[in-house]
Amino acid sequence: MFASFMINTWLVATVVAVVAGCVGFFVVARGASFAAHALPLGAFPGAAAASLFGVDPLLGLIVAACAGVVGIVWLGRRERHEVATALCLVMLLGVGALFLSMTSQYSQSVYALLFGEVLGVSDRDLVSISAVGGACVLLVVLLFRPLLLGSVSAELLGAQRLAGRHMELVFLAILALATAVSLPVVGALLVFSLMVGPACAARSLSSRPGCAVLLSVGFALVTVWAAIALSWESDWPVGFFVGALGVILYGLGRFGTRVRILSSLDDSTC
Amino acid sequence: MTIMRIRFASLIDPAFVASAPVHTAIVVGGGAALVSAVIGVFTVMRGQSFAGHALADVSSAGGAASLLLGISPLAGFLVMAALAGVGMELVQIRRARERDLVTGVVLGAGLSVAALFLYLDVTSHSTTGAAITVMFGSMFAIPASIVAPALAVGAGSLLLVALLYRPLLLSCVDPELAAVQGVGVRVAGLLHLMALALAVSLCAITVGAILSTALLIGPAAIALRVAKRPGSAILLAALIGVLVTWAGILLAWDSYDWTPGHGWPVSFFVVTLIFMLYVAAGWWPGNLSGARGTRIETDARRRSEG
Repeated sequence: MFASFMINTWLVATVVAVVAGCVGFFVVARGASFAAHALPLGAFPGAAAASLFGVDPLLGLIVAACAGVVGIVWLGRRERHEVATALCLVMLLGVGALFLSMTSQYSQSVYALLFGEVLGVSDRDLVSISAVGGACVLLVVLLFRPLLLGSVSAELLGAQRLAGRHMELVFLAILALATAVSLPVVGALLVFSLMVGPACAARSLSSRPGCAVLLSVGFALVTVWAAIALSWESDWPVGFFVGALGVILYGLGRFGTRVRILSSLDDSTC
Repeated sequence: MTIMRIRFASLIDPAFVASAPVHTAIVVGGGAALVSAVIGVFTVMRGQSFAGHALADVSSAGGAASLLLGISPLAGFLVMAALAGVGMELVQIRRARERDLVTGVVLGAGLSVAALFLYLDVTSHSTTGAAITVMFGSMFAIPASIVAPALAVGAGSLLLVALLYRPLLLSCVDPELAAVQGVGVRVAGLLHLMALALAVSLCAITVGAILSTALLIGPAAIALRVAKRPGSAILLAALIGVLVTWAGILLAWDSYDWTPGHGWPVSFFVVTLIFMLYVAAGWWPGNLSGARGTRIETDARRRSEG
């Protein structure tokens, strides 16, 4: 499990978990689950298109995810956000279906892109993924307060003269970068589980944002490491374990919230 | 006139009209589009686009499982979509933000199961194309044996909506008023999700998971940008859905001539047409004020009261 060819895998998984944990906190706080599901799923044909044109798949993923962000923000001006998200998702997937139909040699890589693949991470991949992931975390740290304010109250953000739409665009752009980083490891369908499960559990344990972000990163690290170890042992796909652990964490989070509410009720009656 | 007739004749290849797979695609694709468009109007009005998409994705776990167990795929899709619908409704949530989160968690659970089943499919049956078939579907490869059960499922879904028309409309426009009038909002919600599950699994089995979301949300969103009343929105959505699907099938058939050797996927054409129509509908007179959604909702309230 810790052989030399697995070292890059563990490093990449760690980067992915840190990024997903940070960004996931805001996904949950801002209620952006659908966007967090739609961007990875819509972006995954970008990797197939990139290999068709012979460029770096990471670049293809970033371009496709950014196209999705632009579409969501542009269509979302006058429409319910989720309708805009759904239409952008199907449009990206439709173009992806066209690319995939051009050649049949990607059927195996489609499966890997959808459900995750941890082997065969080269040093070059590691460097580019770390760079994009680092940029992502840096943006979250720099914009921590405005992002959080936007999630708590749009009016408060308006009072601070920061247009809510611009913050939405920035947030979705960060989400797009995080998507591009984590997609190849966890798989398009389950990036979302890695973002939401740990963050939910973290939010139920701590109401202080800084603390919750750190907890969320911690949970995400445990999820990814455990998923890779289990996948190594059982030979089942990584995505399955990430998804299952995400659901378990969410369940524990809800249970934790209930316990906290009950205990606070007890305190107040005493 | 003659020139137009010749153009039209060259667009529709005689072999297109004679081909049996095309007949199946037109019947099943049209049926799926009709049913999803009708239910999609309620789904968009209730703000449950994410739930609709999630049900389709989760039902793919059922499709993968049926491949593994050797049972009918339609049964697999149906059971899984119904389970997901019940799961979403059982976790009692009032705030919209939390509801999205629960939808997402159910989706994550379903997808991880799908990942496992597809993996087992690939290793035990060496069906590497399973993931692509489930996701993207293949309109021209629908087996003829599926037509009757698929149409039955579609009819069941439409019947459910017809029976629920008024309470469903009222509960999605004004839940409080519906509760006062004795409409079970939760029951209506659950039945709506069941109708949605039926429609979505019909779509997923026939046209793939992407197209099912496109056909559910697209025509309804276009129609709601144009129509003033719920009834006309439903009719318009159904019309748009069916026409767009047939146009997509025709264009995909014609595309065999554009790039010799292989055709372009139906889903690409359907999705592109829907997207273009949606953007165009934004310029419909009166839409620039942005008050359309509220007008149809007040109108619906008045009709349901009267």
